[in-house]
Amino acid sequence: MDMNEIKEIFFQECEEQLAELESGLLKLNDGDRDPETVNAVFRAVHSIKGGAGAFGLDDLVSFAHVFETTLDCVRSNKLEPNQDVLKVMLKSADVLADLTNAARDGGSVDEARSKQLIRELEALANGEVPAASEAPASKPALASQAAAPAPAAAPAVNDEGFQPIPFSFDDFGDEEKPVAPFAPTCEILFHPKRELYSKGNEAALLLRDLSRIGEMSIRCDMDSLPLLEDMNPEEAYFSWKISLVTEKGEDAVRSVFEFAEWDCDLEVRTVEEDVEADAGDDELPMQPVPFDLSILDDGDAGATAEADEPAEKEPVAATENNVVPMAAAARAEAPKTETRSAPAAQQAAAAPAAAAASAAQAAAAAPTIRVDLDRVDRLINLVGELVINQAMLSQSVIENDNNGVSSINMGLEELQQLTREIQDSVMAIRAQPVKPVFQRMSRIVREIADVTGKSVRLVTEGENTEVDKTVIDKLAEPLTHMIRNAVDHGLESPEKREAAGKNPEGTVRLTAKHRSGRIVIELADDGGGINREKVRQKAIDNDLIAADANLSDEEIDNLIFHAGFSTADKISDISGRGVGMDVVKRSIQALGGRITISSKPGQGSVFTMSLPLTLAVLDGMVVTVAGQTLVVPLTAIVETLQPEASAIHSFGASQRLISIRNSFCPLVDVGRILNFRSTQANPVDGVALLVESEGGGQRALMVDAIQGQRQVVIKSLEANYTHVPGIAAATILGDGRVALILDVDAVVAASRGQSLKQEISLAATG
Amino acid sequence: MKKKVLTVDDSRTIRNMLLVTLNNAGFETIQAEDGVEGLEVLEEANPDVIVTDINMPRLDGFGFIEGVRRNEKYRAIPILVLTTESDAEKKNRARQAGATGWIVKPFDPTKLIDAIERVTA
Repeated sequence: MDMNEIKEIFFQECEEQLAELESGLLKLNDGDRDPETVNAVFRAVHSIKGGAGAFGLDDLVSFAHVFETTLDCVRSNKLEPNQDVLKVMLKSADVLADLTNAARDGGSVDEARSKQLIRELEALANGEVPAASEAPASKPALASQAAAPAPAAAPAVNDEGFQPIPFSFDDFGDEEKPVAPFAPTCEILFHPKRELYSKGNEAALLLRDLSRIGEMSIRCDMDSLPLLEDMNPEEAYFSWKISLVTEKGEDAVRSVFEFAEWDCDLEVRTVEEDVEADAGDDELPMQPVPFDLSILDDGDAGATAEADEPAEKEPVAATENNVVPMAAAARAEAPKTETRSAPAAQQAAAAPAAAAASAAQAAAAAPTIRVDLDRVDRLINLVGELVINQAMLSQSVIENDNNGVSSINMGLEELQQLTREIQDSVMAIRAQPVKPVFQRMSRIVREIADVTGKSVRLVTEGENTEVDKTVIDKLAEPLTHMIRNAVDHGLESPEKREAAGKNPEGTVRLTAKHRSGRIVIELADDGGGINREKVRQKAIDNDLIAADANLSDEEIDNLIFHAGFSTADKISDISGRGVGMDVVKRSIQALGGRITISSKPGQGSVFTMSLPLTLAVLDGMVVTVAGQTLVVPLTAIVETLQPEASAIHSFGASQRLISIRNSFCPLVDVGRILNFRSTQANPVDGVALLVESEGGGQRALMVDAIQGQRQVVIKSLEANYTHVPGIAAATILGDGRVALILDVDAVVAASRGQSLKQEISLAATG
Repeated sequence: MKKKVLTVDDSRTIRNMLLVTLNNAGFETIQAEDGVEGLEVLEEANPDVIVTDINMPRLDGFGFIEGVRRNEKYRAIPILVLTTESDAEKKNRARQAGATGWIVKPFDPTKLIDAIERVTA
């Protein structure tokens, strides 16, 4: 693994953290005050900042830092996360996402926006930090940020730059001795307290590190060492007096004690003249410690390469031999003898137990692995082939084995079932919750609410509903457009809403659920509903309908799906751009889905999209039309029936209707529409498939015969050949033959007068 | 014998960096994703030194350090805190919990190895 791979991981992780951040903020927005939610939000930003720092992504670091500081105020209850605060934070989350994307893809971000948000975040943090005493640490940083006009970089650099000893030498003052031309001598008095050892520091190691920065002589003061029976093995009894000849100065000496300075008495002073290297034979208790200075030879403290490892082994071992026993005596290595004692064992057991208890509070996440999508797709393709192969095998066995050897048949049945299960399991791998797409929508809502000056609340439900990843990926665009429409056209201005006695804040509700093998996504707004008069007028103006056309409410509503249709008086920034609901409808259809609308004046509109769970397989009805085998998607079929002559009625020159339970339904000869034959077949000889197409009502599709129902693996025609009007895709049947999958909606549309080619080309330019 | 380092960090990015850095420097590395897991693997990992993050889900660095210090066998093990928090308050808390030393992020391989060598024999 190299740095680039880790960076890739970092960006993946960023995406997860950003999702976490947003969902956490939205929870807070909904009134959730669980400290763990706040913590999770904080951690997300913190984590991004940490990784960004490691890769030198300064813009990201500085923004994350300011964001984090403000979040910390929330975390420590200094800032109440009310709606206003969360508004800023949600916007900040958006900017953080932009910055992350810019860092990954090299794009640029809206600097004015991010600076503005930095100011807003700082204002929040400053405004609510009540007193200096409550936030001694963060206050100065905040003050400096507020003072600087472009504060982004400054605090972060201070914060992130690692200066070994930036604080807390009050006892000694910050005297800076000029570095003497000759190597000065430092006199060091070092008296560890017991805490030094209990925190895992070790006097011997500190002395070793000291020896690495200069030439050292050392004496140990054992005066306070009591008699053995009075000795507390945990206590620190020794102190050391060290003379160190070093050019590196007192700072270097102190930095050796960086981790230990609280837990020891330490005096460091520089003596200008060369001190007697050896001063203390007269003091009996002060004995020279046999300290192996050979480690000076490889005394590069910053050494990192493996090469240093073996070289260091021996000297370090020697150090241990010589020095550690003394230090060990000072704390008597209690653990080694006590490990097996009962109380200790209990204590040891208690720690994980307590940890487990806190773990139980957090939801246990199922273990997951990350897999390259290509691998999954390859597997899915292979399983698709397997399904086809299994079907072919079954068929040839049945054809060649007229005795029906039961063991073979049973085996084949089991194989079929297993294949089906494998297929389902593989599809489940690709299934993902719609959550990421839904989360993206909340940002869209915020942005458009800002632009339109409307107050909007997005409510999402069923975001854990799973659907094939391809469907999810392709869902984002139409959904984005619909959300924009819902806010821009659907919801009224706050004033209008108030006048109508509604909550000035509009609600957009996005729901996902599974229904009969499909995923149904609903987008509901509580706006004014579709203005049917306006839609109708617009349709007449655009020659979509005749001025005297008699349309039902539903038919009028469906007019908005026509190409280029927009009821907004002026084309706004948002839903303008020449993209209309017709594009949305086509995207949904391209996914094998349907979209319908229902609207109530004054109460809002509901768009309902029904989509297949996967784009890889399809349950279809295999039919024969003019000698060709076709597959009709089962989801489109309402019922099948054998028409009787008395039910067929002619209408105009070539139209025919079939009466079904006292209502008339246009009869469409599939063979004729697809130009398989030039004259219409006699309906009585065939089978009628009653289909429902979105908006167009019901149609009876005439086919010659039904072969059966089957799950088929979808093979794209576009990818392998070219788009064929009226045909959605192709598949390979059990006998190895290619069958075309009927595009029911296109066929129904074609039956409304236009030929297929016209309809398709119209749609393509619309 | 290679020195064994137990790292505890919830960020996949940082975990990978720690792993690469420590392996390159000749350490054996055991990794945990949060304080709870850190305590769970402690006995089996039997590390010579621990490097831990502070901000983590389930059990943060402070709690983890306290947990380690409560364990008779590991109460004197060197623990380095790896965190972006550079302010004195957080360091103090970490120290009070029993941290041996700290490494201030942004992550720098030299600083990390340097700090580990400072607290290990």
